Amino acid sequence: MTNAAWETLSNQAIGAAGVVYFLALLVHLAEWASLRERVPAATASARVASGAGTDGPVAVATREPEPGAPTSQRVAFLGRLGFLLTVIALVVHLVALVGRGMAADPNRVPWGNMYEFTISGSFVVTLMYVALNRRFRLGWMAPIVLGFVLTALMVAVIWLHEEVAPLTEALNSYWLVIHVVSAIIATGAFTLGGIVSAMYLVKARRGEAVSGPLTRVPSLDVLDRLSYRIHAFAFPVWTFAVLITGPIWAHEAWSSYWNWDPKEVWAFITWVVYAGYLHARATAGWKGRNAALLALLGLATLWFNFIGINYFSSSSQHSYALEQTTITSPTRL
Amino acid sequence: MSDVRTEDSKGAERRPGELTVREMLRWAWRQLTSMRTALVLLLLLALAAVPGSVIPQESVDSLGTSRWKEQHPDLTPIYERLDLFSVYDSVWFSAVYILLMVSLVGCFIPRIAAYGRAVRAQPPRAPRHLSRLPDHTTYSTDEPADDHLARARQVLKGRGYRIRAAADGDDAVSAERGYLREAGNLVFHVSVLVVLVGFAVGGLFGYKGGVILVEGSTFSNTLTQYDDFAPGSLFRSEDMEPFSFTVDKFDVDWLLEGPRAGMATKFNASLSYREAPDAPTKQYDLRVNHPLTIGGTEIFLIGHGYAPVVTVRDGNGDIAYQGPTVFLPQDASFLSFGVIKALEARPRQLGFEGLFYPTFLMVDGDPTTVMPDDRRPVLSMLVYAGDLGLDDGAAQSVYELDKSDAEQVKGEDGKPFRVDIQPGQTVQLPDGLGSIRFDGVKPWTRIQISRTPGKEVALLGVVLALIGLLGSLFIRPRRIWVRARPEGEGTMVEVAALDRSGNGDMAEVLDGIVAELRGTEKAEA
Repeated sequence: MTNAAWETLSNQAIGAAGVVYFLALLVHLAEWASLRERVPAATASARVASGAGTDGPVAVATREPEPGAPTSQRVAFLGRLGFLLTVIALVVHLVALVGRGMAADPNRVPWGNMYEFTISGSFVVTLMYVALNRRFRLGWMAPIVLGFVLTALMVAVIWLHEEVAPLTEALNSYWLVIHVVSAIIATGAFTLGGIVSAMYLVKARRGEAVSGPLTRVPSLDVLDRLSYRIHAFAFPVWTFAVLITGPIWAHEAWSSYWNWDPKEVWAFITWVVYAGYLHARATAGWKGRNAALLALLGLATLWFNFIGINYFSSSSQHSYALEQTTITSPTRL
Repeated sequence: MSDVRTEDSKGAERRPGELTVREMLRWAWRQLTSMRTALVLLLLLALAAVPGSVIPQESVDSLGTSRWKEQHPDLTPIYERLDLFSVYDSVWFSAVYILLMVSLVGCFIPRIAAYGRAVRAQPPRAPRHLSRLPDHTTYSTDEPADDHLARARQVLKGRGYRIRAAADGDDAVSAERGYLREAGNLVFHVSVLVVLVGFAVGGLFGYKGGVILVEGSTFSNTLTQYDDFAPGSLFRSEDMEPFSFTVDKFDVDWLLEGPRAGMATKFNASLSYREAPDAPTKQYDLRVNHPLTIGGTEIFLIGHGYAPVVTVRDGNGDIAYQGPTVFLPQDASFLSFGVIKALEARPRQLGFEGLFYPTFLMVDGDPTTVMPDDRRPVLSMLVYAGDLGLDDGAAQSVYELDKSDAEQVKGEDGKPFRVDIQPGQTVQLPDGLGSIRFDGVKPWTRIQISRTPGKEVALLGVVLALIGLLGSLFIRPRRIWVRARPEGEGTMVEVAALDRSGNGDMAEVLDGIVAELRGTEKAEA
């Protein structure tokens, strides 16, 4: 295949993935709509006193409706269909990423600009959702995750799209792979964790629902713990990306491992806020609601760093002085 | 606070709420080292870092800073007083992180002592009522209680638990694991200090400097050779390593097509260098992401541009200036601005100021450069004659022309005389002032030279911090108790689990242990 063919394939695959994500979203919305008709099963959110017989605390919150009821069958079917469609979309999404990398000459990882970063980041969000779905029963999250991924893809295609181009010289390093992949993974995980924290806040405000879609969302306790687990995974990855590989690469490319460049400053701010989140969960009076607020604050700084700094900060990306613009030209990562 | 109040009641003369200095200090220390304060300080640190990303920083972008100051004359004095142009060296930013570090030290020193005791301690005795713990289960077995407990010890030991030494009359087994979590936590916090030390060492003893070198020129590592130099406050010039190098050749590839046409790739500066004046000469290809390390000093290629070579003859026909002159690129098209000063020119000094077009083309009557590659170089400059202000000894930028005592040279039509030349061409200046010849173009490279002692310390610190972090996040400290009492014919067994981190799913752990305890029983039966 020629490079142009790969690029066309990638562009078409992104479109196709978007369509399938949209179908999955519709199916999941239909699933949620079906829930409205359902009489909620006996509230079983109280922890089963005897640990034996349950398969983990997360399981406690998923209430199985009476077996055999036609609505519950339909809900289960729609849930499975939605998940299947999500997996298909994910595979197509992967094809788009691979195509993007194959289209470049020489072939490279598809993390050279904002468009590529966005489609990779949203891929990781979906991938983590799919991977964790079974273990943590994330079915309730589907419409939110899909809505987010779909929005991210649309933003990427409409505003951020760039033709495949060779990497700028400063990016031409194997650290690109290590540094950027860890940053993307952390970003995807933080986003997923942020969704859980947001749901925590919604649920804390609305109270335990007796009917409607919110009944599917696990109890506050479970949400809090789930959010912590995702963040506990993402935080070390972010540490690795921002405080280890970032400085090493910066040192190699720009001669100084920490420059207080706006991008670095905001990565540091994000790190500090999430460190605050982990602290908060161990501090009396900060658990739960305040910790969730901190998680969302962290997510806001993360996304501001990704989007805001590239567009609002003129001095960003190490264009320290004019005579350097060509080598350390804006990388927009 | 509570102990303060009791002491208050003893002192009759003191009013309520009054503290002695010692009490005050102790209170302040307690406040500072509390978890809540640490959290607030963390958030404050994040907040304090924000202005530095919005306002241009002197140390990061000095050009941008001076430009910003010109545009905001009213705000500049206020911002300067608040140190907003050097946020990360400012008193208030330092105050936040120093307080945070003090809080951190105050927090972990007592914890190290406590951990030292906890590590050696035995798991605590089983609580009287295991059923009061959130995760517990009961079952009955035919096995005698003592045998069952003995097996429970084995099972738990096999799972990496520490077991409380058995004593006479015990009806329960106490087991604990996950001691390393707190160790990870402590390692993380100590490592933060290590990173800070590494960072500080680099800032105090290191230096960073830049120099622009035209192809063919030589640099030796002494202070006078640098164009700009930023030393740390404890830097001594004796620490500079006595190396020297020559930029033999600079190559660059230009992309001619595709969406990034005009982008330069594969920068390569071929250096020949000596580590010391008497050392043998070695070769090195300096590229982006591929610095040269000499001892503790590193040399980076961070920029490039064009230096037109000209020969200026004065009114007497003597050579007044000859050689390459560095022109600074104005944008990615490499349209470059520069100044040529012929100070030896007589009767009057000559100054040229103007633009260099790498690939010149007239587009709709406007001179432009269509490629950053030097395919069709053109120099287009205005000429000044008179005193260029260098004789009074005042320092002057080589990129600026002091025109206060010089007048612009005009052509016959009375308009400013403009020199537009291509390589090989010579232009005669009006009024017999002399001539200028464009001999050719040489590339220049901008080299950054820096010495950052302590960077290995900082890296070690971050890596240790990450390891500690992983330990503190993923090691699950937990306690298990198994109690067995004879009941009727068989034995009644209670198992309870306590998750000490508050994040684990103990039900699963409990299930696993119970299954193993009962499963082995069935296997034996």
